[in-house]
Amino acid sequence: MIEFLRRLLGQRGSSATAKERLRLVLMTDHLELAPEMIETMKRELVEVISRHVEVDRERIDVSFERQDSALAMLANIPILSVNRPSSNGNGKRDEIPPAPRDAAKPASPKRRTPAKASAEGQAPPTRRRRRRKKPAPAPAPATN
Amino acid sequence: MSARRIVVTSGKGGVGKTTTTANLGATLAKRGRRVILIDADIGLRNLDLVLGLEKRIVFDLVEVAEGRCHLRQALIKDKRFESLAILPAAQTREKEAIAPEQFAAIVEEAAAQVDYVIIDCPAGIETGFRNAVAGAEEAIVVTTPEVSSIRDADRVVGKIAAANKPIRLIVNRLRPEMVSSGEMLSVDDVCDVLAVELLGIVPEDEDVIDTTNRGEPIALRDAGRLSAIYDKIARRLEGELVPFTTFDRQGLFGRLKGALKAG
Repeated sequence: MIEFLRRLLGQRGSSATAKERLRLVLMTDHLELAPEMIETMKRELVEVISRHVEVDRERIDVSFERQDSALAMLANIPILSVNRPSSNGNGKRDEIPPAPRDAAKPASPKRRTPAKASAEGQAPPTRRRRRRKKPAPAPAPATN
Repeated sequence: MSARRIVVTSGKGGVGKTTTTANLGATLAKRGRRVILIDADIGLRNLDLVLGLEKRIVFDLVEVAEGRCHLRQALIKDKRFESLAILPAAQTREKEAIAPEQFAAIVEEAAAQVDYVIIDCPAGIETGFRNAVAGAEEAIVVTTPEVSSIRDADRVVGKIAAANKPIRLIVNRLRPEMVSSGEMLSVDDVCDVLAVELLGIVPEDEDVIDTTNRGEPIALRDAGRLSAIYDKIARRLEGELVPFTTFDRQGLFGRLKGALKAG
């Protein structure tokens, strides 16, 4: 009877659950089986980020975490210093989209940040996001 | 001309590798192909039993490898199908009793005499699996529509793909009524998750137990539905384009839902 009602209400059977669980577990399996891929990803990530800020390559940490129905990649990339914003004449917007305002504007002069703003050395590890691209007044704070 | 060398594998045990090997081999033989089946499951041999040839074993795979007999002395001809023969595994030895090169050499020798050499791979991904795969140039992965079987199949697919060998999939023991009620993964789901080309769909069928009890390949039962299904698989294997049987006879609910959606 319960089964009857469930179907009448259009609820999914256990096969949908099975598929979802399989997808996740296979993704995890594939990642575990490909440590060299993760290394490559790390390296390339650092390359991109290093165009804008100086990062501590020794202390980069990449991990994967299951979140409900998805797998999330978490990258912790400590920043050592931030380049002058004016010096990024290379690309219009080769950075990640979530830029709130003025993403389209070519580097506003007002946003000039003192070079090497975020204290040399031990800036606490920061989630890889582009938060610190804002006129970092203080050393990039830990945001997680 | 050398034979096609195909390994039948799955990762997980008990999903139907041996049954698939036996029935596919018998079906190909019925179609006039010359076939040698090799049981690579050293220590746990069963292909002979499934085919009803267990009483006729004289020599085995390991003895051939060690040079104690010739391949043709160890081959057991199936009397029901003239062109079918099996090379039994050793029962009292271990997987390590044979080296990959030795195994490959035996497969090579067998391949020179027939159209198909089909290798029944042991479960797992260790020595026995590596030997069996090394001897083949293409693979058939067997899986049931269950999570553990699919996960293991995925692992095996990864390993075979790394060796650059083509892979095709048989979804075994499908229960169509459970699929239509949403309680079993469908063939589409399985193919989706594994991303491997489909070779065949075999529904769960009591005939398998019955024929195995008797040691008779399913291909002997012309009237049975499984016989037709294995015939299709054999034809696909030979490159024919054969449409897949759809088993989704929808139940009342499925039809009702469908009608509601359509309306």
